[in-house]
Amino acid sequence: MVHPFLVFEWLAKQIHINLGPHVIYGWLIAILLIVLAWRATRNLNEGAPSGLQNFMEVVIEGLEKFIEENAGPKGKEYFPLFATLALFILSCNLIALVPGCYPPTANVNTNLAMALTVFGATHYIGIKEHGFKYIKHFMGPVLPLAPLIFIIEVISHIARPISLTLRLFGNMYGHEMVLMVFLALVPLFVPLPMMLMGIMVAFIQTFVFTLLSIIYISGAIEEAH
Amino acid sequence: MSYFTWCIIVAGFSTAIATLGCGIGQGIGVYKAVEGISRNPGAGTKIMVSMAIGLAFIEALAIYVFVVAMITLMANPFTQIVVGK
Repeated sequence: MVHPFLVFEWLAKQIHINLGPHVIYGWLIAILLIVLAWRATRNLNEGAPSGLQNFMEVVIEGLEKFIEENAGPKGKEYFPLFATLALFILSCNLIALVPGCYPPTANVNTNLAMALTVFGATHYIGIKEHGFKYIKHFMGPVLPLAPLIFIIEVISHIARPISLTLRLFGNMYGHEMVLMVFLALVPLFVPLPMMLMGIMVAFIQTFVFTLLSIIYISGAIEEAH
Repeated sequence: MSYFTWCIIVAGFSTAIATLGCGIGQGIGVYKAVEGISRNPGAGTKIMVSMAIGLAFIEALAIYVFVVAMITLMANPFTQIVVGK
């Protein structure tokens, strides 16, 4: 839900930073995640982890298992990229529930930046793994059909970041709009089920975005056939 | 009718048609998933996860239409031309 008063944007305006709420809250979440990681790893306890370290270990272990299952051992090298995407998007989606906060993923710019990162990483990793032979990914199985398949492949590769962007943006923004309408109609109790659904949507969209970037990048890693 | 009335009609009808298709698609998906779980409850979690991903993909189609409807209503590229006339 778009809250009428955004605390951190107001604070940023006091020191003359007029960048729009999505940038301010994106920075806020980045700082939060960095502080969390620093606090969790400041004094590591190997024998019996407790508190924050324990929690972060569960999160990272779950992510690691998920990424290894879907990307294979070679894709696991890019664990930092996937894990950062997952944690950042999840925190961005969930911050919508805190009063006075704005979810950066409900703005198309944040999502486009992340989708373009995945797009760039896909082709960078493909060229790094295969060198010039990476072009075989765009050629299809038979050479005479190559020009046709090349065009189709290029279009499908360009459609990927657009669909990634619009899926996340539409889900988060649409959910906000629905909540606003419900709040305007009946302010008490009726929006609660929608908020619960919002939590579910936040997790599922994080999952889908991460899974799709894993699939794209492991597609660039594997051999062309 | 004025240009903006048509915009509202277009937005409403496009969302209606999109949700119709998505409803049918998601219904078939959930139907098969529940059938699979009732046959083999042991595979329940795996089926649920793939179903959730599939539903998110189908829902994305309706969301695209929602984005288009929002552009028609709130960020219409021809507003300036129509109003300026």
